[in-house]
Order: sequence, then structure tokens, then C-alpha cells
Amino acid sequence: MSIFVNKDTRVIVQGITGSQGRFYASRNRDYGTQVVGGVSPKKAGTDVDGIPVFPTVAEAREATGATVSMVLVPAPFAADAVMEAAEAGIELIVSLTEGIPAHDEALFYNSVKRSFPDARILGPNCPGLVTVGECNIGFIPAEVALPGPVGIVSRSGTLTYQALKELGEKGIGVTTCVGIGGDPVPGMSFIDCLAAFEQDPDTRAVIMFGEIGGSAEEEAAAFIAKEMSKPVVAYVAGVTAPPGRKMGHAGAIISGSKGTAQAKMEALTAAGVKVGLNPTEAGDLMAEVVAGL
Amino acid sequence: MDLFEYQGKQYFARYGIPVSAGGVADTVDDAVAQADAAGYPVVVKAQVQVGGRGKAGGIKVAANADEVREHAGNILGLDIKGHVVRRLWIEHASDIAEEYYASFTLDRAAKKHLAMVSARGGIDIEAVAEEDPDAIAKRHIDPVDGLTETDARALVTDAGLNPKAHDGAVAILIALWRCYTEGDADLVEINPLILTPEGKVHALDAKVTLDDNARFRHPEWDDFDNVAETDPREALAKEKGLQYVGLDGDIGIIANGAGLAMSTCDVVNQVGGKPANFLDIGGGASADTMAGALEVINTDDNVRSIFINIFGGITKGEDVANGIVQALGRVELKAPIVIRLDGTNAEEGRAILAGHESDRLISVPTMVGAAEKAVALARKV
Repeated sequence: MSIFVNKDTRVIVQGITGSQGRFYASRNRDYGTQVVGGVSPKKAGTDVDGIPVFPTVAEAREATGATVSMVLVPAPFAADAVMEAAEAGIELIVSLTEGIPAHDEALFYNSVKRSFPDARILGPNCPGLVTVGECNIGFIPAEVALPGPVGIVSRSGTLTYQALKELGEKGIGVTTCVGIGGDPVPGMSFIDCLAAFEQDPDTRAVIMFGEIGGSAEEEAAAFIAKEMSKPVVAYVAGVTAPPGRKMGHAGAIISGSKGTAQAKMEALTAAGVKVGLNPTEAGDLMAEVVAGL
Repeated sequence: MDLFEYQGKQYFARYGIPVSAGGVADTVDDAVAQADAAGYPVVVKAQVQVGGRGKAGGIKVAANADEVREHAGNILGLDIKGHVVRRLWIEHASDIAEEYYASFTLDRAAKKHLAMVSARGGIDIEAVAEEDPDAIAKRHIDPVDGLTETDARALVTDAGLNPKAHDGAVAILIALWRCYTEGDADLVEINPLILTPEGKVHALDAKVTLDDNARFRHPEWDDFDNVAETDPREALAKEKGLQYVGLDGDIGIIANGAGLAMSTCDVVNQVGGKPANFLDIGGGASADTMAGALEVINTDDNVRSIFINIFGGITKGEDVANGIVQALGRVELKAPIVIRLDGTNAEEGRAILAGHESDRLISVPTMVGAAEKAVALARKV
């Protein structure tokens, strides 16, 4: 078992004929992912390394039965691509593109939520997700990861890889690893992933990597305290780094005292989460948890 | 990108938000000319991107040309919390009956936009939020629906603005919403929004933060670039498309991804070092990006060792390695490099680096181990 995707998940790639689309479609397929089609209006009818290219998501879905789309189109076209996927009935839209304007993100998130409440968005600006040994969608280098009892959820792309690495080095296996992305309006949140891990019988513990800014970690802490029976280990990046982007007074009012690494670590600790001060320490804490399972 | 007040007012004016007549001045003579054009009395305002300008003596009212000369002379060159004033905004002084506050920004937690209006403007709005949160009327705006006139009217009523100001404030909120959405701003804030004794409402200050990700559809933003005040290291980094924040330590940091870069700073601190900077080369960085990053770090005289921490996902190990080799040939690096390279094609990258390793380029397999090595090298120099 796992969350969100598995060996039977059928995936299409929007933007498959771009250099990144081509590279990751092949790489994900080599991992074992069922990459069944691609979308490119201009190059429909051709193929990319044997993967058929369709003009629209609707036609790709009709022909292949795909339920997941990996969206790798340039930022100016990302909003339209996500909406097209939702309209075509795609259930999980994995938006990897970096640099999408915040107003576009806010608009497509709310449009999809209102008009297609069953569709889920992962990202934007996320590294994707991988169910170890079965299905890898996106950038995560998971070749060396082992299957096992731990779920991973992370906001930062490269820290997602680091989390996999820390566990891998200790011989700890993973069910599913999800990178939710750190953009202003992420689709799936920590809570969506934590809730799914709580329901998944094969996941017996969860490691969560957050970072400064916003209040997603505090919200996750409240959820963990109330709803999670499985042990959670966390790390929050930016303990010593200066706050990133200043949002002026209006932003400071929304976040109040929230947003600092210290506040996030305190909220998580209060929720019973074991918090490491760096990724390696978090890995060590998870090793202790796994030894006690 | 944060705009200066005068740029913010120019941006507001594009969307029909009323602002005072005025102009910019970089010299005392220019200031007098602008004041003559705006009509006395005028306000002489320091253009710096930091709060508390008034308290620091950066905002003065002048009744005539002599007073403009005096104030402009004092304010130009003034250091306000580390920001040196190079430019002034001179505008006709407004008669103020009441001062309000208005803003739009994104509420990340709610995933919707947030409008805020208060009858208690002109002062630090964070203090108002803390002491008297009910004095700020808030309303979430769904991006699908946008701000309606009903929303705007409810905001000014809930905030308890003087009824004389209602129509003017509603019109400004609607224009400010367009400035925020069509103008691709992360934040638009008017503090104070004033009501004059004649019953007119207009913006006396302008705070605008633009979303750099939307630059592709705003060619007009290029005008805002050439005057921004930045750390020379940050300016060079920006030119090379790198996310750089200058710090005051002695260990240069290069990492891919904001999270890993922050985490690298954390680990360096934990093993007893101090980062000289935060530098994120981003996803999919090429060899050229890495060489550029090293050039930026090399301009910082405080740097005594460089810690490159790369976990390749999109970024490929051989590109990172080639960039380092390129940089070694292109610039004479003042500090030794410790590199930790992992992820996509890491082995290929390590093989390229192996031929160049020396006491100036050291490869360490783990993040904590590499941080310790970088700190040890910084102490040794």
C-alpha cells in the first residue's frame, strides 16, 4: 500500500516535448511509472521515446485512461494547463513548474476547488511524488530508496531528496514520498498528506520537513495533535537563516507571531512530534522511532 | 520586488488611484524645482525602503524654497537604519482631516486574497493589529469572483470610516484591487489613505511589492530596476539570475533550492560557523550558473571558505562539476571550496571533480561532514 499513486497509476505528461518533459517522462518510465501519454498541441500524433503525444488532455485521457497528469509547461502557460487537466477529469494534477505568478496560482487553485472538487493539485513548484518501487512522478531521485514503513512529506524540493537520503543511509524504507512545494498557494498541504498517511496501513511513521514562512507547519501540528496516531518526526529549515521575503505589514499581520522556525518547532514539539535541528538529526530520530515500531 | 514610494505612486496613478502632485529629485536644486512645480507648502520625503522614515528625520514639510533647500540638504545622504538616502520625493502638502489604512495581500493560510481597511491609519498598522484588532476590517476575496463593489462598501462601513469618505474610499479600493491583480502585486498598501477637509480621499503613501514571477507580462517593470538600492553582491547575483542574500559571516554558501540553502546555513551555524550569505542556484542550474555563483561569492572579501551543497534532482551532477571546473579556470578563487554532491548523476559529477581535487577543492560525502570541514578551513586561514 501507499498513498496517492501506485504501480497501476496511469500518467500523462503535459509539456512532454519540452526538454524537461522529455527527460523526466523517460526517467519516470524507467523507474517503472506507467507513463502512457503526453500532451502537446503542436506535436500531436508524434511520439517521445515511444510515448504517444495527444493534442489535448481530454483526448489523452480518453485514449489512455490516465488519472494523473504531470504538468511541465513553462510558467506563462501553467495556469491554463492545470485548468485543462481539471476540466478533462484528471484526478491528481502534479504541477512541477517553477516561477508561476502568485495570482495565477490563487486563481487556478480556487477555480479547480470550486468547479472540480474531486480533483487534487500537488504543487506548483514541487518536486513531485514517488511510491517507492512502483511509481515516480517528477524530479525526485528515488533509484536508491527502499520500500518500507515511513512516509515522507516535505515543502522544499531538495530537502525532499535529503529526507530520502537520510533514511536510505540508515536502511530505513519508505512507502510514499511527497514534495508539496513551497509556493504561496500550494494545492495539497501537509495535512492532506498526513491524513492520507494516517489512513495507509503500510505507513507506520511519518517524517515531515518544513521551512520558515507561512503557517503550514503550525496547522500541521494542530492536526497531528488531534488526528494522528502514528509517530511523526520533523525538521524545519531556516532556524538560523534570515526570514526570506518580506511581505510588508499586511503580511506580518496575517502571520502574527507565526512563521519563524522557532515558533514552528515549538508548535510541533507541543503536538508530540520529535523535532531534529538538521536533516541528519531528524533521520537519527526516525531511526529510533523505527527501531521501536 | 519592493518599489520605492515614488514608484508605488506612479504605479497607483496607472490604475487611477489619486495621489498628490509631485516629482523626484536627486539634488537640492532639483528639489526646489519640483517644489516650485508642485506648489507650496510641500513635503520633502526620503526615498528609502525602510519604515520609520518620519521619526528618523526623513520627512519634512517646507513652506518655501529656502526651507526646501534646507531640508533637502539635510535628508540627502542621511542614513536611515543603514539605508542612505539618494533620492527625494517632493509633493504638495495635503490638508488632512482623517487618516485611514487600506491594503490587499494574499492570505497563504486561507489561499484567498485578504482586504484590510482601518479608520486608524497613519501609524504602525502592526501595532493597531496587536492592540485593537477589531479596528481593522478584514474580508477574504475569492480570486474567482474578484472584489465587488458590495465587498468594498462593506469594508469601508465595517471599518467605521467617516461617511463623507465612503464613496471616495470605495472607488479607491476598486482601483487598488485592479492595481493588485492586473498589476501582479504581492502587496499593495496605502497608509495613510487620507480624507481632506474638502471631503476628498487620496493616497498619501504607497507601498507596493511586485511578484517577480510575473515579470514576463510586465515589460513596464524594467523602469523600476535601475534605481533599486541593493548590496553590490546582491546586484551582481541578480544579474546572474541567482537568489542571494548577503549575511555577515565568513563561509560562502551555495546550494540548490531555497530549503536546502537555508538548511545549509543552519548546519554551518550548528557546527560553530557563520554563513557569509544565502545563495540558491535554483532548480536545473547549468554549469554557467555554478560558475556565476562562485564569481559572486568571490567578490565578498569576508569569505574564508566556500561550502557548495548540491542535491541534484533537476540539477545534474556533471553540470555542477563542470561549472566548478569552469569557474576555477575563469576566476582566481580567494577561498577553498568544500563540496558535497549528491543526487542525479552525482557519480558523474564526482568523477569530473576527482581530477581537480586539491587543498583548494575538497569533496566530502555528507552535509554535516562538509559543514565541519568548511568551518575548519575558515578558521585555519
